[in-house]
Parts: sequence; C-alpha cells; structure tokens
Amino acid sequence: MITHLPILQVIIPLMAAPLCLLLNRSRLVWLFSLLVSGLAFTISVLLLQQVMTSGVISYELGGWQAPWGIEYRIDQLNAFLLLIISGISTVVLFAAHTSIEKEIPKDKHTYFYILYLLSLTGMLGIVATGDAFNVFVFLEISSLSAYALIAMGQKRQALWASYQYLIMGTIGATFILIGIGLMYQMTGTLNMQDLSQRLPEVAQTRTVFVSFAFVIVGVCLKLAMFPLHLWLPNAYAYAPSIVTAFFAATATKVAVYLLIRFTFSVFGLSFSFTTIPLQTLFMALGLIGIFVASTTAIYQSNVKHLFAYSSIAQIGYMIVGFSVSTVAGLTATLLHMFNHALMKGAIFLALAAVIYRIGNVELKSFRGLGRQMPLTMAAIVIGGLSLIGAPLTVGFVSKWYLLTALVEQGWWPIAVLILLGSMLAVVYVWRVIEVAYFKEPLQQNIKVKEAPMSFLIPIWTLVIANIYFGIDTRLSVQVAQAAAQSLFGVSP
Amino acid sequence: MNLSLELMLQLCIIMPLLATFAIVATGRYPNLREGVTIATCLALIFLVVNLYQGLSAGESISVYWWELLPGLTISFDIEPLGMLFALVASFLWLVTTCYAIGYMRSHQEKNQTRFYACFAVAIGAVMGLAFSANLFTLFIFYEVLTLSTYPLVTHAGTEKAKKGGRVYLGILLSTSIVFFLLAIVSTWLVAGTLDFKLGGVFADDVDKVIASILLVLFIFGIGKAAIMPFHRWLPAAMVAPTPVSSLLHAVAVVKAGVFTVLKVCIFIFGLDLLAELPSTQFLLYLAGASVLLASLIAMRQDNLKARLAYSTVSQLGYITIGALLATSSGVIGSSMHIAMHAFGKITLFFCAGAILVTLHKSKISEMRGIGLQMPITMLAFFIASLSIIGVPPTGGTWSKWYLMMGTIETEQFVLMVILMLSSLLNIAYLLPIPFHAFFPNLTSFKASEELNNTTKISDKRLSGFEIKEAPLPSLIAIVVTTLGCLTLFIYPQPLFDLASAILTGRE
Repeated sequence: MITHLPILQVIIPLMAAPLCLLLNRSRLVWLFSLLVSGLAFTISVLLLQQVMTSGVISYELGGWQAPWGIEYRIDQLNAFLLLIISGISTVVLFAAHTSIEKEIPKDKHTYFYILYLLSLTGMLGIVATGDAFNVFVFLEISSLSAYALIAMGQKRQALWASYQYLIMGTIGATFILIGIGLMYQMTGTLNMQDLSQRLPEVAQTRTVFVSFAFVIVGVCLKLAMFPLHLWLPNAYAYAPSIVTAFFAATATKVAVYLLIRFTFSVFGLSFSFTTIPLQTLFMALGLIGIFVASTTAIYQSNVKHLFAYSSIAQIGYMIVGFSVSTVAGLTATLLHMFNHALMKGAIFLALAAVIYRIGNVELKSFRGLGRQMPLTMAAIVIGGLSLIGAPLTVGFVSKWYLLTALVEQGWWPIAVLILLGSMLAVVYVWRVIEVAYFKEPLQQNIKVKEAPMSFLIPIWTLVIANIYFGIDTRLSVQVAQAAAQSLFGVSP
Repeated sequence: MNLSLELMLQLCIIMPLLATFAIVATGRYPNLREGVTIATCLALIFLVVNLYQGLSAGESISVYWWELLPGLTISFDIEPLGMLFALVASFLWLVTTCYAIGYMRSHQEKNQTRFYACFAVAIGAVMGLAFSANLFTLFIFYEVLTLSTYPLVTHAGTEKAKKGGRVYLGILLSTSIVFFLLAIVSTWLVAGTLDFKLGGVFADDVDKVIASILLVLFIFGIGKAAIMPFHRWLPAAMVAPTPVSSLLHAVAVVKAGVFTVLKVCIFIFGLDLLAELPSTQFLLYLAGASVLLASLIAMRQDNLKARLAYSTVSQLGYITIGALLATSSGVIGSSMHIAMHAFGKITLFFCAGAILVTLHKSKISEMRGIGLQMPITMLAFFIASLSIIGVPPTGGTWSKWYLMMGTIETEQFVLMVILMLSSLLNIAYLLPIPFHAFFPNLTSFKASEELNNTTKISDKRLSGFEIKEAPLPSLIAIVVTTLGCLTLFIYPQPLFDLASAILTGRE
C-alpha cells in the first residue's frame, strides 16, 4: 500500500468524482468529498514524511519502466505542493456545504462536488507526475473543471468571467502543449528526468529556444503573472465563494510550481538563467506586477476584486524571489507559496462567510461588520496583517527570507521596492478595516449576525495556521529549504 | 513566594497578555474588570522590583523561548537599561490605570473593556521589548506595540480618530517595515548576529559606509523615537483619550522608540564605532533640528495636548542626541531622561485630561484663572513643567545636566547651544499656562488703578467659582507622579546607578 501512495494521491479523487453521481444527495456528497479530500491530505502528509526521511520517490505507473511508461516522481518540492493543495482543499470543503446552499441551485450541488474533486485531481496530478505530457493532461482536467466551476457563480458576469478564463487558459495550455511537442521532437522523450539530460545536448538549437518560450509564456498565462493577469480578477470575483477560496489558495501555486519545474529541472539552471535573460525580465515584471496590482487593488470597490488584485501582487513577490535564482531566493518563493495559501485561504473563506450573511462583498456593505461579525472580521484583520508581513504571522517569514535573499545579492534598491510594495498592502487592507470598524451598519444589514460555525471553524483553522506557522517555522522552512537546495543540486 | 528569576521574567511578559483575557471575560462587571487590571499592575510591579533586586545582586537573568527562524531566536536578557525602562513603565502603568478609572468613568467613554484589554497587551509588549536579548525579538514586540495601540488611538471611533489612526499607523508601520526591517536584515547579513552585545556586534573592519547607511536606516526606521521628519504620528495620536496619550505617548510608545535607539547605538554599533561614523554627525544635527523646531511649533499650539505632543517630540530629540554623542555621560543623560521626562510629561498629560473632564476645556487660551478652581492640578502642572525644563527641585535637572556634559565633552558646541535654547523655549511655552491659571490678571499689572478695579471685579466673579478638582482616582495619580518628579531630584541615586551600569555591564 505504502509504495503506491504517489498514484493513490491522484487516483482517489479521480475515482471518487463519478461516484458522487451515485450518492446524488447534497449532504452525502459533501461528506463523501470531504472524506476523499481528507484522505488525499493524509496521503500527502505520509508522502512528505517519506520524502524528507528517505529521499526522492519514483513510482512507475502500471509497472512500465520510465522512458516508456509514465513515471510519478515525488521529491521535496512536489510533496510540499501536494500538502498545500490537499490541505487547503480539505479545509475549504468543510465550509462548502453551507456556502453553496445560498449560491448554487440545489440540483447542481452534486455537479459542484464532482467538478471540485476533478479540479483537485488535476492539480494533484500536475504536481505529482514526472512526465511532461501528463502535465498537460492534468492541466486540462483541472482547467476544464475550473471553467465550469467559475461559470456556476450567482451572477451573469460569472459566465463572461469563465469565458475569458477559458480563452486565456486554453491559449496557455496550448502553448504549453506546443512547447512540449517541440521538446519531444528534439529529444524523443517526454519524461522530465530524461528531458533534463538530453536537452543540454541540443540546447543551442532554435527549436529548443522556441519550445522554452512557448512553455514559459503558457505557464505565465496560467500563473496570472503581470501582464498576463487579466483573466484572474473577474474569475475570482464572480466564481462561487468556495471556489474562489480554493483557487486563490492553490491554483496559482500550481502554476508557479510548473514554472520552477520547467526552468530548474527540465531546461536546467544554466539554460534558463544564463542563455536567456530570464532573470532581468522576471525581476522587472515581478516588481511592476507588485506595484500595478497593489495600486489597482486600492481602488476596488468590490472586496473580492480587491483581494484578487492583491493575489496578483503576491504572485509578483514569488516571481521576484524566483528571479533572484539563488537558494535563498527560491526558498523565499516556496515559503511564500505555502504562506500565501494560508493567508488567502483564510481571507477568501471569510469573504464567503460575508456573502453567506449579506449576499455581496461590496465595500460599502462592510459598514459596521466589525461589530456584527466580529470573528469573521478579526480573521480578515489577521489575514491582512499576514499579507502586510507583520511579525508573528506567516507573511513575516516569507518577507524576511525574500529580503535576506535580495540583500545577500546586494540588491538594496529592489529590497526597498519590495518593502514599499508591502506598504501598499497596508493601504488596501486598511480600507476594508476602516469601513468595517468605523462606520455604522447599513439599514438593511442591521440584523446581520456572526457567521455559522461551519464557516468559523475552517476560517479560524487557517487563521491559527497563519499564526502558528509564523511562530513555529520548522516545517515550512525546512521543507522549502530542502526543496530549493535539491533543485540547485546542493546537498543539504 | 519562591519563583525563580527566569520565571518572573517570563511572567512579566505573559501576565499582562493573560490579563487581557481576564479583562475581556469580566467585561460586564466594570469594578471586577478594573480590579483585574489593578491586580495585574501590582503583580507586575512586584515582579519587576524582584528582578531589579536580582539584577542588583549581580545575577544574570536570561530566558530562551524558541527559534523562530534558523539562527533567530526569541530570547530575553535583562540588562540595566531595559530594567530602567521596565521599572518606569510598570510603575506608571499602575498610576495611569488609577487615573484612567477616574477619567474614563467621568467622561463616560464607550468600549472600556476594549480599552483596558488593549492597554494590557501594550504593556506586555513593552515588557517584552525592554527585556529583549536581540534585535529580532525587539522588532517583534515593537510591531506588537504599534498594532495593539492602534485601537487605543482610534478609541473614539469618529472620523477624526480614523484620520489620526491612519497617520499613526501609516508612519509607524511604514518606517518600521521599510527602514527598520531592512536595517535588521542587513545587520544580520553583515554581522551574522542580532544579539545585543556591549561594544557592538560589527567586526572591527566593517565597511564604514555600510555602517553609516545602516545607522541612518535605524534612526529613520525607529519611527517611535519621532525624529523629524517622522514625528507627525505623535500629534496625530492625540485624538486618543487622555490616559492613552499619557501612558503611551509620554511613556510606553515614545520611550520604546528612544529605548530602541539607545539599544541599537550601545549594543549593536557600540560607542566606539558610533563615534567614528560620518553619518553620526549628520544625525546629531537632524536630532538637534528636531529639538528646536518641535519646540518652536509647540509654542504656536493652542490645544494643550498638541502643545504637549510637540514638546514630547522635542524632548525625545534630547534622548536621541544623548545616544548619538557616544560618550558615557551622553548615555547616562539619555537613559535618565527616559525616566525623568516620563514622570514630568505623564503629569502634564494627566493635568490636561483632568482639565478636560472637569472643566471641559482643551484650549490654552480658555485656561486663564482655572488655577483657582483646580489648585492641586495646576500646582502639579507647574512642578512637572519645571521638570521638563530641567530646573531644581525636579528630576529633570539631572538628566539635562548629563546631556549638557556630554555635548561639552565631545565639543559639540552647536548642540549645546541648541539644548540651551530649547530649554528657554520650554520655559516660554510651558510656564505661562500655570501662571495664567493662578493669576488671570497678570497682563493688567501695568496700570495699578485698573488693577484694583479688575481684581475687585474678578474677585466677585471668582467667588462664584468653587474648587472643583478632578475625580479622586485621577487626582491621586496626579499627586503621585508629581511627587515622583520631586523625589527623583532628591534621591536620584538608584536611577543613576542603573544608568551608569549600562556601559560597564552588570552592576
């Protein structure tokens, strides 16, 4: 059993998805999905333990050996991502039953869970597999289910948002496919391990350059990296709240993972950063992204939009850490992936609770909520402080590492810019806080009460995780460091 | 009781935080809630005094909590400077609580539970800050202090409070994150450690340019020290209820700022390195400018609390100057001034609050003659003003004396002149207030005829006034801090011993 963990990680949610149809009762399906997601989480914990103690796990699908068959390869990086995805998925699902009650018609509940599980499968698959073509397959599974999930949003704009995402996402996926195709043409293999050995031989050919360009642009589209981020704000804002919480915490992380995997493992460090000026380009785009997105966030009147733009800005931080291309920089990026998942998970779940009670998340409806929904608002405050990077929250940990990485390289001006960027975060977070705590409630919201326990438990689980992992950083720092070191080929 | 000193040290930080929960839990019963606060104050003073005795007996008290990031620990270590700060803060917390009970009730403030709860968190943060063994721990508590005082500053919940809160948080957070954090990270990378060490952590051959830049980053980053141009938050924070202004913005928050400056100067840079850096001179003049300008601005304020706020900005500049002078008398003067100014300024704020609750006056121009109604308060105001100015028989004399000595030793005559000028300005903006309060007709001395008439008239008018002092708990607080100002003049020895032990290690 234990040797089959890598495949079980992916196959359990995949098989569970159609089974939901048999149950076909909202509550039952919910419990079943929760169970499946919890199982996936347990498996990811076991996998991480195994990887941290005994090194990389290679699993041959169906017993076919690597270059011919599909290989699932779990190293520190994957295991870390699997943990984030399945963990967040489980916590978010906990609130799903209550949340979709108000947002999705009853007859579609079963489909919702099916799509949710498929989307989970896709993300886990992308991360677990060691085969480039398999990445594309799972990418499509997760994307297609994502389009459908977003389209389930209450408002009509959800359809348009989903359509936008569909077009951009498909372009991205196609680019990735083209890139993979070109790689296959040059090397005759799809296994990432193999590719990384064979690509250097043909590294100077135009085909490899082109394939690299296609893959990077495709991934950056999925990543919503500035300036390819246009699909994200609407998709997040109009999707059902649970979906937003799940995607905001995980989807972009998966894309960052792909970026790291392709640049570091497949194409190799020297090709990605020496032959091509990726460093300068990404550094610039990351910084511009931070400033443009944060500034845009300040001017949003819809709080979901506001935090969606904040997500784009946070991706900028990950990109900056990535473009430093040192162990410290990559550690910062990986840490921020973990930490950002916790912050945004908490914040978007709290927003889901607000929608459940009030029906919308326009900033003006937040008036007086500090008094009416104290626990939910406190969660947004702590999540916001974490975004800003206040000490004793996870945000501080990633900020510290990012700063260390930048100053270590002597890039002081960029360190200053990063810090100024987090000042913008103060502004947009405080806009929400001031409205919630300093204004009198709207007339129609006068009777609003605190969110039900089914929201508060998952929200506060994530909030406490925000603080816990900001104080006890052993797990996140150790794993992130080990993963970064192994990607650089440094033995820890 | 048989507690080990290490345990006491930890209790100093944890107990106020635990008290927060108790305060929230007893929120419905005001008397019980205030009982909890007072009990915590007393216990805290007991602990701090015990620690002080332990320190005086030559014991080293340090605690290690946990490693937050590899190599960066949260740990505590008591040294004389931190002890001094903790003593002042814990004692004045008790006095302020006493004052606040009178003030908040007679002013019928809302959300008093939140008020006392945040207050307790802030004091816990101050204790953590005072006892920090490294810059990293200090930074954490520094930020906790900023965030926990935000609800206190915006207590009123009005539009004005919101604006004040914005400036408060905006300046304190941005300076600390943009400059202070950057300085800490860089120090960590340059020196390899953040532990406070007498004589500094930098190697002897450290690049002077980098060290200079770091010093500037530190001084700018410690926004709580309110060096111009980062002083705006302090006047903005005056929208808070008076007990908050008194404890936090005369003692805890601003003193946390200058305390951090002293810590950084003495234990991160070391006085020898500090004296050699080219940026020290620049920062000295900046602090000097801050002293002078703030005094000048204070003269023009008609709102009493605003005038006191600018006066605080100016006095904080003294402490920063003392630290940057990098001599032992500078350091002694600075650290003594932390205590002296705390007692003086808290009294002044107490008086301002007392005038507000009893007579509902906040403008200085309206305060003529109030000395006849509130004699005790205004007498206290007079004595505290003397302490701020630095004349006998008040404690402020000593600290200003040592600061002057420091400027003379280092031959910083410009600064010496600035300090003297500023003292004159202090006289000009503080003393008229009690004078006019007691002698409302002071300006009409010119014509004796008129004088007679006016005195008669005003005597009639004044006979209508009754003595109407502040609520009793507040009055007690005022008297206690005023006596503190006087006692510190007669009996400054323990304070001096602590201050002079900073540079020699332990007592």
